Amino acid sequence: MTEQYDAIIIGGGHNGLTCAAYLAKAGRKVLVLERRHLVGGAAVTEEIYPGFKFTVCSYVVSLLRPEVIRELELAKHGLHIMPLLSSFAPMENGDYLLTHADDSSNYHELRRHSKRDAEMFPLFNQMMYEMAHAVKPILATVPPDPSAPGLRGLQDLNLLRKHFQGMSKKSFHCLTKLMTMSVSDFLDEWFETDILKSLMALNGIIGTMLGPKSPGTAYVLLHHYMGELDGAFTAWGAQQGGTGGVSEAIASAARSYGAEIRCNAPVERVLVEDGTAVGVVMENGDEIKSKVVASGCDPTVTFRKLLEEKELPDDLISAIDNFKYRGSSGKVNLALDGMPRFSALGDDASAQCMAEICPNMDYLEKAYDDAVYGGFSKRPFMDVEMPTANDPTMAPPGKHVLSIFVQYANYALDPYDSRDAQRDAFGDAVVNTLSDFVPNIKDLILHKQVLTPWDIEQRIGLTEGNIFQGELTLDQLFFFRPAPGYSDYRTPVKNYYQCGSGTHPGGGITAGPGRLGALEILRDGNV
Amino acid sequence: MLKKTPFHERTSQLCEGESWLDWAGHLSANSYELDHSHEYYAVRTGCGIFDVSPLYKYHVRGRDAMALLDRMSTRNVAKCKVGQIVYTAWCDDDGHIVDDGTIARLGENFFRLTTAMSLLYWLEDVGFGMDVEIEEVSQEQGALAIQGPTSKVLLQQLADANLDDLKYFRIIETKLAGVPVRIGRNGYTGDLGYEVFMDANDGLAVWDALMEKSDEYKLRPAGHIALDMVRIEAGLVLIDAEFMSATNAMYPIQRTTPFELGLDWVVNLKKSHFIGLRALREEKARGPAWTTVGLQIDVVALEALYARFGMPLILPYHSWTDPVPLYADAKQGRHIGKATSGTWSPILKRYVALARLKPEAAKIGNSLHIEMTVEGQRFTVPATVVETPFFDPPRKRA
Amino acid sequence: MSNYDVIIVGGGHNGLVAGSYLAKAGRRVVILEKKKAVGGAAVSEEFAPGFTASSCAGGAGYLSSKVVGDLGLKAHGLAIEPSEAVAFVPQSDGSQLTIWRDVDRTVAEIAKFSEADAKAYPGFLAAMRPMAEAVSGLLEITPPDLPEVSWSDFPSARTMAGPMRRLGRKNVSQFLKTLPMPVSDLLDEWFESDVLKGAISASAVKDISWGPRESGTAYTLLYNWALSNSGLFRSSGGMKGGMGAITQVLATAARSFGVEIQTDSPVSEILLENGVATGVGLAGGDKLNAKVIVSGVDPRTTFTELLNPSRLDLSVVRNLRNIKYRGSAARIHLALDSLPEFSALAGSADLSALEGAIQIAPNMMYIQRAYDCTKYGEYSPHPYLDIEIPTLSDPEMAPAGQHVMSITAKYVPYALRQGSWEGHREAVVDAVLSTLAEYAPNLRDSIIHKEVLLPPDLEERFGLPEGNGNHGEMSLDQFLHMRPLPGYAQYKAPVEGLFLCGAGAHPGGGVTGLPGHNAAREILKATR
Repeated sequence: MTEQYDAIIIGGGHNGLTCAAYLAKAGRKVLVLERRHLVGGAAVTEEIYPGFKFTVCSYVVSLLRPEVIRELELAKHGLHIMPLLSSFAPMENGDYLLTHADDSSNYHELRRHSKRDAEMFPLFNQMMYEMAHAVKPILATVPPDPSAPGLRGLQDLNLLRKHFQGMSKKSFHCLTKLMTMSVSDFLDEWFETDILKSLMALNGIIGTMLGPKSPGTAYVLLHHYMGELDGAFTAWGAQQGGTGGVSEAIASAARSYGAEIRCNAPVERVLVEDGTAVGVVMENGDEIKSKVVASGCDPTVTFRKLLEEKELPDDLISAIDNFKYRGSSGKVNLALDGMPRFSALGDDASAQCMAEICPNMDYLEKAYDDAVYGGFSKRPFMDVEMPTANDPTMAPPGKHVLSIFVQYANYALDPYDSRDAQRDAFGDAVVNTLSDFVPNIKDLILHKQVLTPWDIEQRIGLTEGNIFQGELTLDQLFFFRPAPGYSDYRTPVKNYYQCGSGTHPGGGITAGPGRLGALEILRDGNV
Repeated sequence: MLKKTPFHERTSQLCEGESWLDWAGHLSANSYELDHSHEYYAVRTGCGIFDVSPLYKYHVRGRDAMALLDRMSTRNVAKCKVGQIVYTAWCDDDGHIVDDGTIARLGENFFRLTTAMSLLYWLEDVGFGMDVEIEEVSQEQGALAIQGPTSKVLLQQLADANLDDLKYFRIIETKLAGVPVRIGRNGYTGDLGYEVFMDANDGLAVWDALMEKSDEYKLRPAGHIALDMVRIEAGLVLIDAEFMSATNAMYPIQRTTPFELGLDWVVNLKKSHFIGLRALREEKARGPAWTTVGLQIDVVALEALYARFGMPLILPYHSWTDPVPLYADAKQGRHIGKATSGTWSPILKRYVALARLKPEAAKIGNSLHIEMTVEGQRFTVPATVVETPFFDPPRKRA
Repeated sequence: MSNYDVIIVGGGHNGLVAGSYLAKAGRRVVILEKKKAVGGAAVSEEFAPGFTASSCAGGAGYLSSKVVGDLGLKAHGLAIEPSEAVAFVPQSDGSQLTIWRDVDRTVAEIAKFSEADAKAYPGFLAAMRPMAEAVSGLLEITPPDLPEVSWSDFPSARTMAGPMRRLGRKNVSQFLKTLPMPVSDLLDEWFESDVLKGAISASAVKDISWGPRESGTAYTLLYNWALSNSGLFRSSGGMKGGMGAITQVLATAARSFGVEIQTDSPVSEILLENGVATGVGLAGGDKLNAKVIVSGVDPRTTFTELLNPSRLDLSVVRNLRNIKYRGSAARIHLALDSLPEFSALAGSADLSALEGAIQIAPNMMYIQRAYDCTKYGEYSPHPYLDIEIPTLSDPEMAPAGQHVMSITAKYVPYALRQGSWEGHREAVVDAVLSTLAEYAPNLRDSIIHKEVLLPPDLEERFGLPEGNGNHGEMSLDQFLHMRPLPGYAQYKAPVEGLFLCGAGAHPGGGVTGLPGHNAAREILKATR
């Protein structure tokens, strides 16, 4: 007897789980199929070394949509996010910048570096907040399709036009700049302190193979401010027990609504009959039937692996084949025998839960130069988080885990002979660079887990290891994500939907695509 | 950590209730005694000493110093002579007020600007392409305001200069108890008073010398609560109460112009240029959308309200700066503005407020209704538009 | 009292075009030029006895055909003959790729490097041409004052409607997606050969400070394509006498419409009365008045030198200070006693491949690497060189049998991060010549004289801030409603009575005549 569901979600990442939860909450019979032995996709916590829990890939919760937290009652299901209130960036001269959540402390800290910047900083934040306010309705909606035939395309565009016409000129000009400039140029218009600019520039470059001087990177800054608008959190937070806890909470919510989640259940392809999805075929040959199928995987997997080419129009095939992934980051997780000490802070350990190795703007740009032609940064940008600072249970008493997000690392094997050689060299570069700022780090390492973009692809299934399921560049945003004409979560195959980060509004642990995807499925009413 | 002013070593000893306010990142006393009444009365009958060091202070020097301040200011700074102080406002391009403060001309090409906001960038941007040197001296300079009827005689005991020669809104360089200081005859209380600026390192010496005379001249350290009451009596506008700086205002409704604040007298539309001139000229021609006036609240009517609950009249013990709705009629039918700050004036025995009103409702003598709550229930109480300042003693200018 | 309706400050090509249109419409126009000859950056000058070069601007074939037609420039002697060769791209291994105007011939060339790319090339052209046409529509409009759109934008909308319709509904998305792309990504979608990608992407970055991997370079590719006379992504061929000959034609045309041109007349300030521009003061002390003042000078100079910036709004000054100029190329002219021999053409008698541009940019990543240095205020040790040998088509620019080679060398920053240009000039020339020697080994021996113009020299000599020939970087944040200043993209300056007609205004740089054309339209509208 074949099983029959209302909806099958391929991939138990946080977006797939979110989509499932919303569908189940709406009374549908839902099955989530996850290839690995645990749900969460890139947002997982695993015990890689005995006694030490690693947030293997994704390590901070940024911008989890507040409406998802509210509507799925995630707090009840174990979501406990501790906001990361400070950001610490050591400089090469031994000084540092430590930013806080409150204006007054920032003012005084910044005045050490520049009086002007101390004044500009709150104005900048205010302007970004205003920008976030301006684009929020765009991010929260299903992208229009300017080339859609008939009234729909026109109506959609007209809404957009009206929205923009409601903006003040000053705001619109600023938005134009945000959409087109490099994060470095954009920040140069506001600030003079290099360390402040490099610290802020990070938000523009994370997850892309672009440097801070590359146009288009300013936009991603805006994503950082979106969360604040809704009182979500001060943008970044750490989940108790690691980011896996976020996925667990969403999974728990989904189950509470009646969704079934099956791990170790790799899907081979979507079952399509007469251009309509009717279920999936598992790798073991089993068929599972359902009225609709949604994929939380990236666009390449969603369209090119799970479907046969004949199901797709040529323009979509070429768009997906040209979709840019370009994984640019790797991850190094360390099990430590004791407390790492930043030389810039002396004995003050208070700021160590989040540190950014981005000592100056040129450092970041050079890190990019090193990797853009192949290979990785000799001295990479690193986002260093110590989950044990927030949750000591993640390691044995007195020990720590260090989660290091590292950029840039090129997916291409060249110039290395083997993936092993590449990984070793990458891990060494990270530890060596880190030891310049944390002199005792090498002595503390009990275990080192190194993930290059290739490893991330192998492990999680993210094409080319891109953590956002596709670069967040202007030509891959909004109605271009993942392809013009296919940004409304639907596909050319009837009843087959997209709900991953490869769709609008893009990557990060936002749960936005999962929610919007689910709402579109329900709106179509085929299930 | 909030910063400490040059006088903190003394003020912290005196602040009985540890009641501090964050004023521009500094610890600043709300009141020194547990009750602020003595401090209020000191200003009106003896004198109060306020630690106003948290003010932002800038020295602007150079060939174009005057040009810079004149470009920024709504007033004609060229008319400010050496040794003179002017109160002025400054605006953004659209004529929205950014901040107000005083400019003291200390030399031919040397000015001191005091502001409520940190505005170094604003000065730098206004001075683009000019031959000026802008130095922030907020930390380097301590400042005390000695305000009240006895302030002059008190200071004269310690000052080298003859204060008879120091007219209203003039400034001199002299020594006070042997310490080099600048004394300006101005303040934020609407009373006879002085502002004394000195090197931060000399702060305690000046403070101690003044306090030594405190009994003799009824001098008391005074905090924000008293200051806010007296400035309302004086009809003086306050940032974040009567207006929000245009640089902080995110939305149009939060922005204000000098005309709307009743600061017409500091806007010189005859100047050939200053930032915001074009917009202000247009506004003048059009007539401002709002105006700022004084209100006198009918305490007899308020008393009657309380009587309904079997209660005696209860008056606010401090000033308030939370906006309160104003209506054209008692039925709360037509909203015509908001009271922006108010206080019971113990000297005048009047309940007064400053209000932002539609111009048609702002004529002197016009009556309107202000929302009041008694025991969590909403009512309106009649109020009348009156002249400001509410309190304006001749000694202020004499 | 004034004799003029309009005073135009600066006799560059856009000033001449604007003046011509205005005079043609009956306005009394005077153009005031600082130097002894008009032309601005589009001039031909003798740089060594008997040797003449297009000193600053190159690229003759971008003059808008609408301007050429409207002003009857051909009747005044304009003759820009496109050459068959568009770009000659030698490789260090002695091979070469030539892009010809003829598609089949180019396909055969590409096949040497990639069969697949040769097949894809005609499709690429077919896909890009409608997009270039759409861009071309965009270039002639007055940018709307976004986000406000008013009735006055109706003509613009009509100008755009045609090309958009021809693009087709489906391709509108594709077009919108393409504009912000890096040209490298665009070309990656079509081709595999880095040699071909280098040949095409070079023209996209020739006039900006970025490399081909940067966003917005697909737009600059289309910009050049929209205006080029070759039907391809860059123009080919020149005018006899060099770029200066073009501006001389424009001056002749202008005079024929009644424009008065005063050379040796440097304007020292724009005069204001009650905040309204009413005239100009000349360096000699004379004053001239007119109803409208038009500046063909770049925005920064116009507003901070010809005007007192403290008379402008604070937000305008902030925006002004934020204009990105960023000159990124040196201009080097060589007087040669013989034609350089390119190894890639060794033994071949047919040198027609050299008549277009010679691009020393063997592949796309080479260009990107050349760009990397400028991010840190250094010059490229292996620069991308864009070369013209004008004497191939106009032997009169050099003594008989001798040649002129004009090189645009990228990337060379305006200011060095370490040290000053003095002491580094020779090193830049050396980097250029040794790079060139890899492709034309005999070159060094044939040099009789050389003239080197680094970005600061271009600034000094041609009034181009930071040596940027476009009066402001052609980047997407300085495009359309953002050019030259946000809120002032309709050619009206933030000072009443003052207009801008130079390359700092939409659509931007290149000897196109379009900023002048568009500005004249707005000036006529305002002074009706």
